[in-house]
Amino acid sequence: MTTVKTYVRPMAGWWRKNPFFVWYMIREASAPLFYLYALWLLAGIVALARGPAAYASWWAIAKHPLMIVANLIVLVFAVYHTWSWFSVLPKTTPDLDVAPGTLVTGGIVAAAVACAAVLAFALGATR
Amino acid sequence: MKRSNAPLFWALFGAGGMLAALIAPALVFITGIAAPTGFILPADAMSYERMLALTRNVFAKIALLAVVSLFMFHGGLRMYHSLHHLGFHTGTGSKVVIFGVALLATICAAWALLAIGF
Repeated sequence: MTTVKTYVRPMAGWWRKNPFFVWYMIREASAPLFYLYALWLLAGIVALARGPAAYASWWAIAKHPLMIVANLIVLVFAVYHTWSWFSVLPKTTPDLDVAPGTLVTGGIVAAAVACAAVLAFALGATR
Repeated sequence: MKRSNAPLFWALFGAGGMLAALIAPALVFITGIAAPTGFILPADAMSYERMLALTRNVFAKIALLAVVSLFMFHGGLRMYHSLHHLGFHTGTGSKVVIFGVALLATICAAWALLAIGF
C-alpha cells in the first residue's frame, strides 16, 4: 500500500479560534472539578468512618486557605454548569413537549429552589 | 452486533449532570466555603459529632453515595471526551482508568457509609 501525502488540516488549539468553543471548553472544565470534588468528599466520608482523629485531619485540610480557594473555583464552575446544563436542556430532551423558554427558566428556577432548600436544611440543622 | 455500552455511561452522565446542576452550587458552598470559614454557618457546622449523626441517617447515606458516585461518572465522561478534544487519543486505556476510579470511589463510599452504622 502506498502512503499518499495529503494535506491534513492542523487541529491544535482549534477551540481557541471561536468564542463558542472557548465557552464549550470552559463548560467541559467543570468535569474534572466535579470529579475531584467528589473524591475530596469521599475522603471526608472515609475519614468520618475511621474516627475522630482521621476526621480532624480531613477537616484541617478543608480549612486550609488553599482548599477554600480551590472550592471557590469549583463553586464558580458549578454555577456555570447549572446555567449551561439548563440552557441546553431543550436540545438534550427533544421529546419533552414543553416550550424551550419554559424548560430553561423552569430548570434554573428548580435549581435555585433546590439550592435554597439545601442551604435552609444546613442552616436549620446547625442552628 | 455487539451491544454498545455507551447508553449506560450517558445515563450516568445525565443523572450526575442533573444532580450537579440542581444542588452542586449549594453543596460546594456549604462544605467547601461556609462551614470551613464559619461564614453564615456556625464554626462547628461540620463537627465530627454532627456529621456522624447526619450520616447515620439512611437518606443522608443514599444522598451522599449518589453525590460521590454520580458526580464522578458525570465528570468522568466529559473528561474522557475532553482528552480527545485536546488531541490525546488515548482510547480504552483512559476510559478504564477514569471509570475504574469512579467505580472504586462508589464502592469505597458505600463501604464507609455502611461502616459508620445506623
